[in-house]
Amino acid sequence: MRDSRTGSKSRWAAAPLLAFVVIVFGVPMLVLLGGTFTKEGTFSTANLTESLQGAYLTALLGSVKISALVAVLGAVLGTFLAQAVVTSRFRALREAVLTASGVLANFGGVPLAFAWIATLGNSGVVTTTLGLGDYGWSLYNFWGLTLVYLYFSIPLQVLTVVPALDGLRPQWREAAQNNGASTWQFWRYVGIPVLTPALLGGAVLLFGGAFSAYATAQAMVGSTVPLVTLKIADALTGNVLIGHENVALALSLDMIVVAGLVMAVYLPLQRRSARWLR
Amino acid sequence: MASLTPQVTTPAGSAPARGGRPRRPRVWRGVVLVIAAVYFLVPLIASFVFTVKAPNQGFSLDAYGKIFSAEGFGGSLLLSLGLGIATIVLVLLLTLPAAVAVRLGAPRLRPVLEVVCTLPLVVPPITFVAGISTVLRWGPDYLASTPFYQTIIAVQNPDFPVVLVLAYVVLALPFAYRSLDAGLGAIDVRTLSEAARNLGASWPHVLLRVIIPNMRSAMASASFLTLALVLGEFTIARLLSFETFPNWIYRISGSQAQVSVAVSVFSLLITWLLLLALSSAGARQRSGV
Repeated sequence: MRDSRTGSKSRWAAAPLLAFVVIVFGVPMLVLLGGTFTKEGTFSTANLTESLQGAYLTALLGSVKISALVAVLGAVLGTFLAQAVVTSRFRALREAVLTASGVLANFGGVPLAFAWIATLGNSGVVTTTLGLGDYGWSLYNFWGLTLVYLYFSIPLQVLTVVPALDGLRPQWREAAQNNGASTWQFWRYVGIPVLTPALLGGAVLLFGGAFSAYATAQAMVGSTVPLVTLKIADALTGNVLIGHENVALALSLDMIVVAGLVMAVYLPLQRRSARWLR
Repeated sequence: MASLTPQVTTPAGSAPARGGRPRRPRVWRGVVLVIAAVYFLVPLIASFVFTVKAPNQGFSLDAYGKIFSAEGFGGSLLLSLGLGIATIVLVLLLTLPAAVAVRLGAPRLRPVLEVVCTLPLVVPPITFVAGISTVLRWGPDYLASTPFYQTIIAVQNPDFPVVLVLAYVVLALPFAYRSLDAGLGAIDVRTLSEAARNLGASWPHVLLRVIIPNMRSAMASASFLTLALVLGEFTIARLLSFETFPNWIYRISGSQAQVSVAVSVFSLLITWLLLLALSSAGARQRSGV
């Protein structure tokens, strides 16, 4: 009796939060959905079809491509860096790298783009010092953007995977060695399977980060690299034909579907990897 | 973690069993660390060099001096800080009661809150702002005769755009909820609140005088994360055309490249300090418990 009373009372304490989310988050999402399927006042799938054609499709695929590349490269390189730090005997190195990762994983947006432009842009310090311009170097393309995205993705992967690497018990390695396993066999049959959820979970996070990045791309490449976020921003700021404004909403819906599918992989994995973190 | 420590120390003692192998790992570790150091440090150093290298006179800190005199600096920074503070207050007011409720009386709400806190991660900010701007565009047409019309106009006041605060609260929810929930997990909320209730304290009293004082560092970490998020947010503010701090940096980059890079270096330093403060606050809490 007493429990159910406090229970119903406590539920009211969460009501303002839920109401807030329903209004501030739910209403725009409903309008987004409604707008996607509305053209000139009537129900229509024309916006959605248009968003999956021509330049819009190229942009969507471009975003998926760069995000997948950043996710794979970032997950692999970040794990190597994390392993190098975790197995190091220097406690201070570990603390320093983890703190730096915490900062750099949050170093996105406009400042990140400008830091790289100052480094490897056309009049950047490294570009002019090494004369890279003569070799046809340019930061403002697909690979340049990948290089810049990795700058916040690798630290994020380090933060994600360090707890899992800490969870690899030395006893497992000793047990494997006592049974005559080589280093390769240890990683192939013990290490990698235990780390898989953390690795994939990290890759999904990196994918999401690169997929939704807008500020860095806008400040760095403008529209030379086709990305869905840039297309949406273009369409929202009125840079489309009259009557096609809702294509921005359809593109947004495409993005949410892609991001949702990828996140759907992540959630069960996170639960599984939590098992090894005790 | 504590139970793991003695196990971790065992292999150090049994190291001789590995024979002469440790040499090889040390080489690859060194290579990885050197490459990482180059990749992560060069842009930071190069940005700094870029800002202090004047065309004809060599070293000069002029770009940093010009930050403060640049047109729009004070206004946009104050706007971003104001938005940050408003977001922090609102996100704590909404999240703290909900997090306490989940711990104390309504564990069935936990999955609901987990989903709510995952949504902003699935929905990229640019799609969120696409929805918001459509609401703001259509709203006046449909609501012209109702009081909501005035509300929609009021939240877009350029002096203090409340609509940005609302959007930022949604973006900050996952971080705020996670750190508050972790903070509640570190103290025994149930015992504390039952003791206080038995002594005759009212629920608001329990929250204000018992729970909040025990949650200071978790609340500080939620606040820092929210502040860092608001100070760096570009997408939503730009597409709704409000000149917050990151938008100002972007605007001046066209005419004053050096100043904009100087501000970028400067803002990285600020983030660094915020997060250092955060991690030291966390360390203090851990040693306190």
